[in-house]
Amino acid sequence: MNCIVCVTSVPDTASVIKIGDDGKHIDETGIKWIVSPYDEYALEEALKLTEANGGEVTVVTYGPARSEAALRDCLARGAHKAIHVLGGEATLGDSFTIAKALAAAIKDQEYDLVLVGVQGVGTDNAQVGPMLAEMLNLPHVSGITSLDIDGGNLTAGREVEGGKEVVSSPLPALLTCHKGLNEPRYAALKGIMAAKRKPVDKIEVGTLGIDESAGGTYSIRSLELPPEKGAGTILQGEDDPAGAAKEVVQLLRAEAKAI
Amino acid sequence: MAGILVCIEQRNGEIRKASLQALSEAKRLAGGDLPVAAVLIGEGVTASAAGLGANGASKVFVADDANLKLYSAEGYAEAVVKAAEAFGPSAVFFSGTAMGRDLAPRVAAKLGVGALADVVALSREGETFVARRPVYSGKAFTTVDSAGTSPQVISLRPNVFELEEGGGAAEVVALDGLALSIRAVVTEFLAAEGGEIDVAEADVIVAGGRGIKGPENLGLIRDLADALGGAVGASRAIVDAGWIGHSNQVGQTGKVVSPSLYIACGISGAIQHLAGMSSSKVIVAINKDPDAPIFKVADYGIVGDLFEVIPPMIEAIKAL
Ligand SMILES: Cc1cc2nc3c(=O)[nH]c(=O)nc-3n(C[C@H](O)[C@H](O)[C@H](O)COP(=O)(O)OP(=O)(O)OC[C@H]3O[C@@H](n4cnc5c(N)ncnc54)[C@H](O)[C@@H]3O)c2cc1C
Ligand SMILES: Cc1cc2nc3c(=O)[nH]c(=O)nc-3n(C[C@H](O)[C@H](O)[C@H](O)COP(=O)(O)OP(=O)(O)OC[C@H]3O[C@@H](n4cnc5c(N)ncnc54)[C@H](O)[C@@H]3O)c2cc1C
Repeated sequence: MNCIVCVTSVPDTASVIKIGDDGKHIDETGIKWIVSPYDEYALEEALKLTEANGGEVTVVTYGPARSEAALRDCLARGAHKAIHVLGGEATLGDSFTIAKALAAAIKDQEYDLVLVGVQGVGTDNAQVGPMLAEMLNLPHVSGITSLDIDGGNLTAGREVEGGKEVVSSPLPALLTCHKGLNEPRYAALKGIMAAKRKPVDKIEVGTLGIDESAGGTYSIRSLELPPEKGAGTILQGEDDPAGAAKEVVQLLRAEAKAI
Repeated sequence: MAGILVCIEQRNGEIRKASLQALSEAKRLAGGDLPVAAVLIGEGVTASAAGLGANGASKVFVADDANLKLYSAEGYAEAVVKAAEAFGPSAVFFSGTAMGRDLAPRVAAKLGVGALADVVALSREGETFVARRPVYSGKAFTTVDSAGTSPQVISLRPNVFELEEGGGAAEVVALDGLALSIRAVVTEFLAAEGGEIDVAEADVIVAGGRGIKGPENLGLIRDLADALGGAVGASRAIVDAGWIGHSNQVGQTGKVVSPSLYIACGISGAIQHLAGMSSSKVIVAINKDPDAPIFKVADYGIVGDLFEVIPPMIEAIKAL
């Protein structure tokens, strides 16, 4: 069982977001970059599958030089090899172009499964997975929280409004992974040392037939912080909780018209 | 002039409110000069098609097939693309439900174009659609377009765009000759137990956090939710502790919700929790720590012990 895992490096989820000078991107000063949290579920699942069935995990990222840290992190956790598609300066949030670059990098690899995160945190698009599946002509299941593989078939669960869909598909297939699927492992010191010797194949995105300067499918006009919310009405309920409770219910009815 | 095609979602024949919201928004943006059509997919759905005229569709493409009874990205994408080829729209809208968020990117890739996801406001400049969407889990908003790609594929966040009615019957056009080579199929739908309301669809959410002390006190949260006809939400802390299922989690790694009323009980308001609920219309916080960050986003707050505040709240609501 060979697995391809696509990972992207994103600002730490606890980052304070400041708008950069161009008014379109964040100010990256002081940002700590991490493997996008959902991609950790994808990697963990691939590691578990190859540990149980043999085969290799290849991690792929499309990003600038600093993204290599994300690949090394995945190699340290147990991935066997890595592909680094260099570029991505102009494609922030452009799921279509990202999927195209990834498809070009993956198409000649041997794989049974392609695993990605349900969404890249930051741009929050949740689009690369299904687009990549279409480009590789694979069936896909998105947002999976459970997975069973039986021979050449998989059964995955995904949460939808009001319940859970159970989806069955032949391999090869693409899965986008959600929280709940597994508990991602951390890299151990031994893994970190071993990762230094594992191969990272570097490919310039231009050689995959992608022209980043051509203008993508996602053009950012502006980035703004959310409008400041006016201060709310805060009631002191320590001494008279019942009084405060009644008052808030009255306010919700008469003022906010929410109940 | 090209027009707007809206993908309509149904489950068991029942058309989803979120789709009608997307259709209503399409009609508003179209004004007098762009035609609006819908595409309806499923089995035995033809009878509901003409009625979509009431929400603004002048034409409805219908893919009615036993193989489309349950959702499949491949089958449904084929049907939407077929409708798009027939109608030649400048934009294709989806509602940003679990299905829409799954289907829209697959359709976009089939059409060879990009897509804009989870849009919360839209405007139109000629045939270019300009979208506002939350990024960094709602810590910022971006204004984007995909001008130059045709059609522009856009998914609209549920419960943000207003539903409007008041049109006649739509013309119904059957989509024939679908190949429907479907590999990934839904084999089963496991409904959430006890007819519980899903947080993703609820108009009122009462959410509990670590301040509820233990799973035995979830009943209090549920009672308040029941009194308001709402759903029970949760912080990640109590999901990870195993007190409640993951499907109830609100936040960055849970569900992003925008109900009319969100009541946070014993939730500190970590940035990853706020990411999932800060766009709620009215937010109430109950927390014993006056400095808890949740109060910064609250429209109404009670500083106090939730065990002393919630029971009289339930009483007061029942007395309304
Ligand atoms: C502030 C910021 C700065 C960034 N700077 C750069 C940069 O300079 N260069 C750069 O290339 N990227 C950069 N990234 C990451 C890159 O932009 C993201 O990959 C991209 O925005 C994700 O696109 P999406 O929202 O369409 O992905 P989604 O559709 O939400 O992603 C779904 C999944 O697809 C996979 N995926 C997405 N993007 C990639 C990728 N690039 N490589 C491999 N797998 C991927 C992941 O598994 C991900 O979980 C940055 C991200 C942020 C938030
Ligand atoms: C990558 C990542 C993703 C995450 N995603 C999510 C997510 O999706 N959703 C999410 O919620 N979190 C998420 N988190 C976790 C988040 O950072 C917080 O840890 C979590 O939200 C805290 O939950 P809490 O507010 O219930 O607990 P706490 O922070 O412990 O807060 C408990 C609150 O209860 C109050 N309290 C205690 N007793 C009482 C009482 N008797 N009456 C009234 N108030 C009382 C306390 O004053 C306190 O404010 C994520 C974290 C990371 C790193």
